Amino acid sequence: MQLTVWTYEGPPHVGAMRVATGMKGLHYVLHAPQGDTYADLLFTMIERRDHRPPVTYTTFQARDLGKDTAELFQKAARDAYARYTPEAMIVGASCTAELIQDDPAGLAETMGLPCPVIALDLPSYSRKENWGASETFYQIVRQLADKERRPAPREGRRPRANLLGPTALGFRHRDDVVEITRLLAALGIDVHVVAPMGSRPSDIVTMGEADFNVLLYPEIGLEAARWLEKAFGQKCTKTVPIGMAATRRFVTEVAEIAGVAVPEDLDAGRMSWWSRSIDSTYLTGKRVFIFGDATHAVASARIARDELGFEVVGIGCYNREFAREIRDMAKELGLEPLITDDYLEVEEAIAAATPELVLGTQMERHIAKRLRLPCAVISAPVHVQDFPARYSPQMGFEGAQVIFDTWVHPLVMGLEEHLLTMFREDFEFSDAAGPSHLGHGGGHGAVAAAPEPEADVAVLEAEAEGWLPDAERELNKIPFFVRGKARRNTERFAAEHGIKAITVETLYEAKAHYAR
Amino acid sequence: MSVAALPRPESRPVLRERGQREVFCGLTGIVWLHRKIQDAFFLVVGSRTCAHLLQSAAGVMVFAEPRFATAIIEERDLAGLADANEELDKVVNRLLLRRPEIRQLFLVGSCPSEVIKIDLKRAAERMNAIHAPRVRVLNYSGSGIETTFTQGEDACLAALVPEMPADDAEQLLIVGALPDVVEDQFLRLFAELGIANVKVLPARRSTHLPGVGNGTRFLLAQPFLGDTGQALEGRGAKHLPALFPFGAEGTTAWLEAAATAFGVDPMHFRSVVAPGRERAKRAIARQAEVLRGKSIFFMPDSQLEVPLARFLHDELGMELVEVGTPYLHKSHLAAELKALPVDVQLSEGQDVDLQLDRVRAARPDLTVCGLGLANPLEQEGLATKWAIELVFTPVHGFDQAGDLAELFARPLVRRDRLVL
Repeated sequence: MQLTVWTYEGPPHVGAMRVATGMKGLHYVLHAPQGDTYADLLFTMIERRDHRPPVTYTTFQARDLGKDTAELFQKAARDAYARYTPEAMIVGASCTAELIQDDPAGLAETMGLPCPVIALDLPSYSRKENWGASETFYQIVRQLADKERRPAPREGRRPRANLLGPTALGFRHRDDVVEITRLLAALGIDVHVVAPMGSRPSDIVTMGEADFNVLLYPEIGLEAARWLEKAFGQKCTKTVPIGMAATRRFVTEVAEIAGVAVPEDLDAGRMSWWSRSIDSTYLTGKRVFIFGDATHAVASARIARDELGFEVVGIGCYNREFAREIRDMAKELGLEPLITDDYLEVEEAIAAATPELVLGTQMERHIAKRLRLPCAVISAPVHVQDFPARYSPQMGFEGAQVIFDTWVHPLVMGLEEHLLTMFREDFEFSDAAGPSHLGHGGGHGAVAAAPEPEADVAVLEAEAEGWLPDAERELNKIPFFVRGKARRNTERFAAEHGIKAITVETLYEAKAHYAR
Repeated sequence: MSVAALPRPESRPVLRERGQREVFCGLTGIVWLHRKIQDAFFLVVGSRTCAHLLQSAAGVMVFAEPRFATAIIEERDLAGLADANEELDKVVNRLLLRRPEIRQLFLVGSCPSEVIKIDLKRAAERMNAIHAPRVRVLNYSGSGIETTFTQGEDACLAALVPEMPADDAEQLLIVGALPDVVEDQFLRLFAELGIANVKVLPARRSTHLPGVGNGTRFLLAQPFLGDTGQALEGRGAKHLPALFPFGAEGTTAWLEAAATAFGVDPMHFRSVVAPGRERAKRAIARQAEVLRGKSIFFMPDSQLEVPLARFLHDELGMELVEVGTPYLHKSHLAAELKALPVDVQLSEGQDVDLQLDRVRAARPDLTVCGLGLANPLEQEGLATKWAIELVFTPVHGFDQAGDLAELFARPLVRRDRLVL
């Protein structure tokens, strides 16, 4: 048993729902007790979908358990077909139905429904949401794709690619698909099928007609991509185009696979100039902590380090299936990777790393709020505010611009940083007031009257004898966004040099010692 | 039983349906109960689905560290139940170490824990042997196979009843988790009425659990407390049947039931309630301009549907198309049902597809439904009211009557305002 306060991923059948809800003409019959319908609101509320997810829940109750829950399943499946006449159905069990072992797969098979029925085996007690989405997509592709289909002869037509991985409830999937479709069009490449989100079962049938595959979200599309490569010999892109450099590599990779030339006038947007412009100098060396799904975390680490000049002080992911990617990246950065789905462990790691910016999920947004750190969201799980009305992809050159704006916005800006340092006592322009462009009351506004972050309190208690009052006062003259680092560096310096009582001198000695 | 003295619940046709239910399970009650009882912790013994439900229903990350968590059953727990019990003990020990301020721990059963028959009652006994009296461990089931949404609160409160000390002193007990502000308003009113000994269940702190006995008379503040009511009657308490305290009339009738039982002089009663009653009527009148003559359809959700329908019909002049409820407690709702017009369609349980067909056919001015259905219905041009807001907002009593009416008026007002 695992004690869980918050969970990064839902159960695997929610992954299957993300696939089904993204598609059209597909219906999911889920053997599940009353209450599991809560999952509908993820889509209708968080993502503001204006249709019910195409899911029929059998809704068994305690009194059904002794009797025939199997008959209940078959009735639900029959009624669902009659009402929705889908092109194909997927059937499976939620966690409770898995325990009563009714075998939805076998039951559906004997029913002779007049459409293809794909049985899902999603073990709820060992697997999670992303795996469930990946397995569902893989089963749908494997069972529906017509193995006879092949691309038409290349002469006289543009190359065609399938886009793999987007689902309902994905972080910016809606806009990433548009952005990458545009980018491919600029390279002279057409999009054949986008799946799962946006496709029908009848589209899946034709997937073999594409020349190659573009894998946008490995967490969801990798298994299907591998199978397509085996079944149809379709090559698949390896680069996930998040960030400037990654998008450029992606363009090169795609051009090579498709056999097209990269146009000289390809519009790469403004991000690289925005980052080189001198106003961005203050971004140099900002300490960032990165946590999310592995793909987004790795991409974010590269952007942070290479394209914004940040210092990555922590990196991790919650999906063990892709832990290797995180380990490799962490090694490159000289960091210990944090691979966990325990939110409390992540909170501890962030507090210990004293970053100036947290890049994470909805959970880290909350952790950052607690620790009074600026935060930007880079990965699912996300909440309603991360499904914006405006176009805001993460991928491609436009995505790089969106990321620049999103990550820089929560930080204290340019000269303001210096002024805060110089005139800390100013009652309305002090660090307690927070970044001035974020308005009063928001951001760090609350810090004014609030006590120090808990992590600092803990350190204070432990080191109560260490900091002499004068040094503590001097420390408090350092702006909040670097104070944590100054405190930590000073304490490390003191420990390394056997200094027991920390004075103002120690503080400045340490500053000189660790000077960038 | 006190209800026997009432006129027999009238028999009117009730449409009973079985099929897909678009409702929460009883675990959802934890979302408000863990805020209400300030030294209690709710540990769900369940699956990742249970944990995901709780954080989704609560709105991801509303609270810094909530006083609830899930002990997620994993594959190896399914292999051997002895190990599962051992694992649960470990989880609880870790939890209590982490949260030393906790005085009451609820082990909450879920669908999977019920199906694999983890005996949480025995687990609670086992843990009490170790942690009592510092921490009292109780159990109840919030599983979807046994409970619907607000029934989780009923199960939780019913689990508290055996713990209440025996006390035959004369007292009034208000039963049901109310927002603190509403509870305080009611306590002030009862004090003004001269009813001296008034207690509430659940108390804000588990150490203040009220006593119960032959001198206890209780008012239900919520219509979904069937098991709790029965458990209290089992301890000698007497139920005071009444309308539920929604709107000016409901609140007056509810207070009056207690006033009569405690021999409060009718003149005094009228003078005490008059100011609040007048305020409620004034506040309601403004919303009635929007709501009068409008039709409303209740999908089943919280069991508040019948009293709310009565309020909207009687005090705001709305037309009731269908009043659906997950469970129709005929004796607790006797007075409410009598107050409903005879031609209203009552329904119990749900087959959501069939019910949606009826909504589309009737095209009501307002449909009260769960979060999974609201946006899809709006897209079809039907105005909706999220049912869950009725459980998460202070709506009882005189001074909330206007707010309650406004919750129903707001979707209609918004549609009038928007030029899109």
